Amino acid sequence: MSDGGSVIAETAGGSLLPLAVLVPAAGMLISFLLGGRRAERIALGLMPVQFGVSMAIAGFVWRSGEPLVYVLGGYLPPLGIALRADGFSAVMLVTASLIMPAAGLYARANFATPPGATERRGPLVVWALMQAVQAALSLIFLGGDLFNLYVALELLTFAAVPLVCLDGSPETLAAALRYLMFALFGALFYLLGAALLYGAYGTLDIVLLSQRVRAEPAVWVAAGLMTAGLLAKTALFPLHLWLPPAHANAPAAASAVLSGLVVKGSFFLIVRLWFNVLQSLPTAVPGTVLAALGSAAILAGSALALRQERLKLMIAYSTVAQIGYLFLMFPLASGPWAPEAFSGGVMQTISHAFGKAAMFLSAGLIAESLGHDQIAGLGGAGRAMPVTFLALGLGGLSLMGLPPSGGFAAKWLLMKASIEAGQWVWALVMLGGGLLAGGYLYRALAPALSGERPIMKRAPKRGSEVVALALALAAVVLAFAPPAFFAFLQIGRPAASVALR
Amino acid sequence: MTSATLAGLVGAALVGLGLYGVIVDPQPLRKILAFNLIGSGVFLVFGIVARKGAAAGLQSDPVPQAMVITGIVVAFAASALAVALTLRLFEQTGRATVRPDVEAEAPGAGADSE
Amino acid sequence: MSVLAALDVGLACVVFAVAAWTVFASGAFAATVGYVVYGLLLSLVWIRLFAVDVALTEAAIGSGVTGVLLIGAAARLRGAEATPPEEGPSGSTRLVAACLCVLVAAALAAVVLLLPDQGPTLAPQAMERLPETGLGNPVTAVLIAYRSFDTVLEKVVLVLAVVGVWSLAADRYWGGAPGEARAEPPEPTLAFFAQVLAPVGILVGVHVFWVGADEPGGAFQGGAILAAMWMILMMARLTEAPQSNAIRLRLALVAGPVVFLAAGVAGVAVAGGFFAYPAGFEKPVILFIEAFMVLSIAVTLPMLVAGPPRREPRR
Repeated sequence: MSDGGSVIAETAGGSLLPLAVLVPAAGMLISFLLGGRRAERIALGLMPVQFGVSMAIAGFVWRSGEPLVYVLGGYLPPLGIALRADGFSAVMLVTASLIMPAAGLYARANFATPPGATERRGPLVVWALMQAVQAALSLIFLGGDLFNLYVALELLTFAAVPLVCLDGSPETLAAALRYLMFALFGALFYLLGAALLYGAYGTLDIVLLSQRVRAEPAVWVAAGLMTAGLLAKTALFPLHLWLPPAHANAPAAASAVLSGLVVKGSFFLIVRLWFNVLQSLPTAVPGTVLAALGSAAILAGSALALRQERLKLMIAYSTVAQIGYLFLMFPLASGPWAPEAFSGGVMQTISHAFGKAAMFLSAGLIAESLGHDQIAGLGGAGRAMPVTFLALGLGGLSLMGLPPSGGFAAKWLLMKASIEAGQWVWALVMLGGGLLAGGYLYRALAPALSGERPIMKRAPKRGSEVVALALALAAVVLAFAPPAFFAFLQIGRPAASVALR
Repeated sequence: MTSATLAGLVGAALVGLGLYGVIVDPQPLRKILAFNLIGSGVFLVFGIVARKGAAAGLQSDPVPQAMVITGIVVAFAASALAVALTLRLFEQTGRATVRPDVEAEAPGAGADSE
Repeated sequence: MSVLAALDVGLACVVFAVAAWTVFASGAFAATVGYVVYGLLLSLVWIRLFAVDVALTEAAIGSGVTGVLLIGAAARLRGAEATPPEEGPSGSTRLVAACLCVLVAAALAAVVLLLPDQGPTLAPQAMERLPETGLGNPVTAVLIAYRSFDTVLEKVVLVLAVVGVWSLAADRYWGGAPGEARAEPPEPTLAFFAQVLAPVGILVGVHVFWVGADEPGGAFQGGAILAAMWMILMMARLTEAPQSNAIRLRLALVAGPVVFLAAGVAGVAVAGGFFAYPAGFEKPVILFIEAFMVLSIAVTLPMLVAGPPRREPRR
């Protein structure tokens, strides 16, 4: 069903939309205020609430078949701000509301405050920042106004950067500073583009802009600036340099959230920009450029992952590669294959989120149990920690695109769409990427199954293993998504953009 | 050429200047200064947009002005975080640099030393 | 060319020149001082753009508080300059960067020149709905009424920045006060200056906040002035920086966003929607929210400048 957003009217269930943002934001503030153990309890206690709200939003979108809209303060756009949930938003909200508690439960092991102890730095920062990440992501998925989304981007950056350098070592501090600088570049250029759009059309509301935007020089410059900024935040090749050190050296729960969710936030905005705001522009050339960069990311990222000696760095470079797949949906945005390509892109987003989170949590368990995460030293660890390696392997399955897994479904859809569109090159790139992914995963997993006996510092915590496995299974289960799921994703997706070939 | 257009051009120049400073200067503090220059340039572009939107008895459209005010505050917060990171890094290592450690860098650099 | 136009051109040139100096000056300290000057000149540009609220904010926060932050950092990093400076990128990289930046600036300039004289604007709508808010300053109305969601989230961003800055403390200093403990007595000149200026500054700050409902000014500008007064008092060591685990400090930091959020949620029951104001009571509610915002801003900005805790917590 095409976007029926010509009238900004509130819809039933719309009141849930602000809640998805305000509940974690309030949680963060109260956690900071009360501190200590209460911060952990508030954070963990609000996570099921967030899940409930996300599912309710998805339910309303499903039932009505139309996007949910909420207008804040009673001031209609263009003067005021609206929140909007379409199929893609709802699915991302639910994904985030599942991965965050998983990371939270995993983090309990390392960041709990014992009863009676005074407040400690690590735990308070983790619980406050996780909730802030949740609030920022919710706003990104639901935001209907480009400046509101700028505030959301900054919220996300400020929440994510301190998580990178939580251990206080010089390497992580340098990585965090670099991440912050790329993020600041991204936010400023995004804002600059938004300024130009306001100058041209007098509004920053996404739906209104989508109706008013025409192909003019100001719009092209704005599109270029905003996209460049968002690409830096999404770490698309060649602006990916900040990601591997930042994600690999953060605490495991933080890495799971950073690679699984945070980079998807800015990607979500790129989709909003090109598929919603700029939908009336001819997107053949920009789409091809984005996909070309994505292909470079897939090949370069996978090649670099093959050469890594540390497991966590390998997984981080794998993120760089998998992000490339996301951009293959852009040149396939119009034509009869467009819904398929869109579904493929969304499916890749979610299955990578689950799979990568599972892999980082598993890598964290491995590093804790063995005392290191050197791939060369993983011999036989698979037999010593079967559940952990199962989670790692299943997550990797999704990355390789092997059935049954969400990753396979995603790549299948994208390949099908690219072949139908006659753009064979993307299919070839995906095949190459899959082979390379198989290569680096085999390199990490094969020695683990050998008969050696590794030196275990301690056994992995069963609870954390289960959480990692659950996330990996989620990535697999996505393979069995019914056609109704794909129809759900199309809710609110604007009609195919006009591509002049 | 009105004062607003002049301000807009200055804004454009500042964005270019700031971007050059960010790319080229290796010290983090100089990069932070340059980011602030880019930010003020972006805000000036909002400013010219606001001035061109003078109407209804107002000399300047209030909506972009409010956005700039919000932006200035957020930019300050970002500078504060960046400065705190830079100072902490300096405390730990005696150097202020954004280059991550050789280990964490691309293997190309590490392989060279081997 | 009229006097005013000549002034504008002169101002534009000076602003650009100072900005260029900030980028190309050899010493970080000199560059930072240049940045403060640049900020003040920029405020003049904003006045020429008839955006007085923005000029106040730029002077107070953009140049003032940011200036304190950066000068303090430059002073502490002086040691870094003694060690062999890291090599900048090679000449060819600089050339490529310069070309890229010229390209970006040129594209922007072209778009700016192509802007129509009378562009699309929301000023009529803003003025139309102004009477219902009870305010006289449309910029304040945009910040606290029409686009209040932006502002409340920005307050949350500020608190988050404090958490982020504090997270950089060493574990043993967590909960302590920021800044180093110094045993010297306060410098007499600075102490005198602070004693004379602070009361006046506090009055001015409160006035700028209060009057912002109808005239240029507002919570951010007033709060920044109050923040500056507190910073001066702390710098003159007439008052101690609070401990980061002090409940009163944390309460002051979150009061602004929490009250704003609570009012926004209460709007559902009282006014029919999130962040809607009850009819007839808009101005009192707005001023109530703004008062807490001022408190939070006045406390948050100095905490961001002071940095992470560097003293062990007492007790």
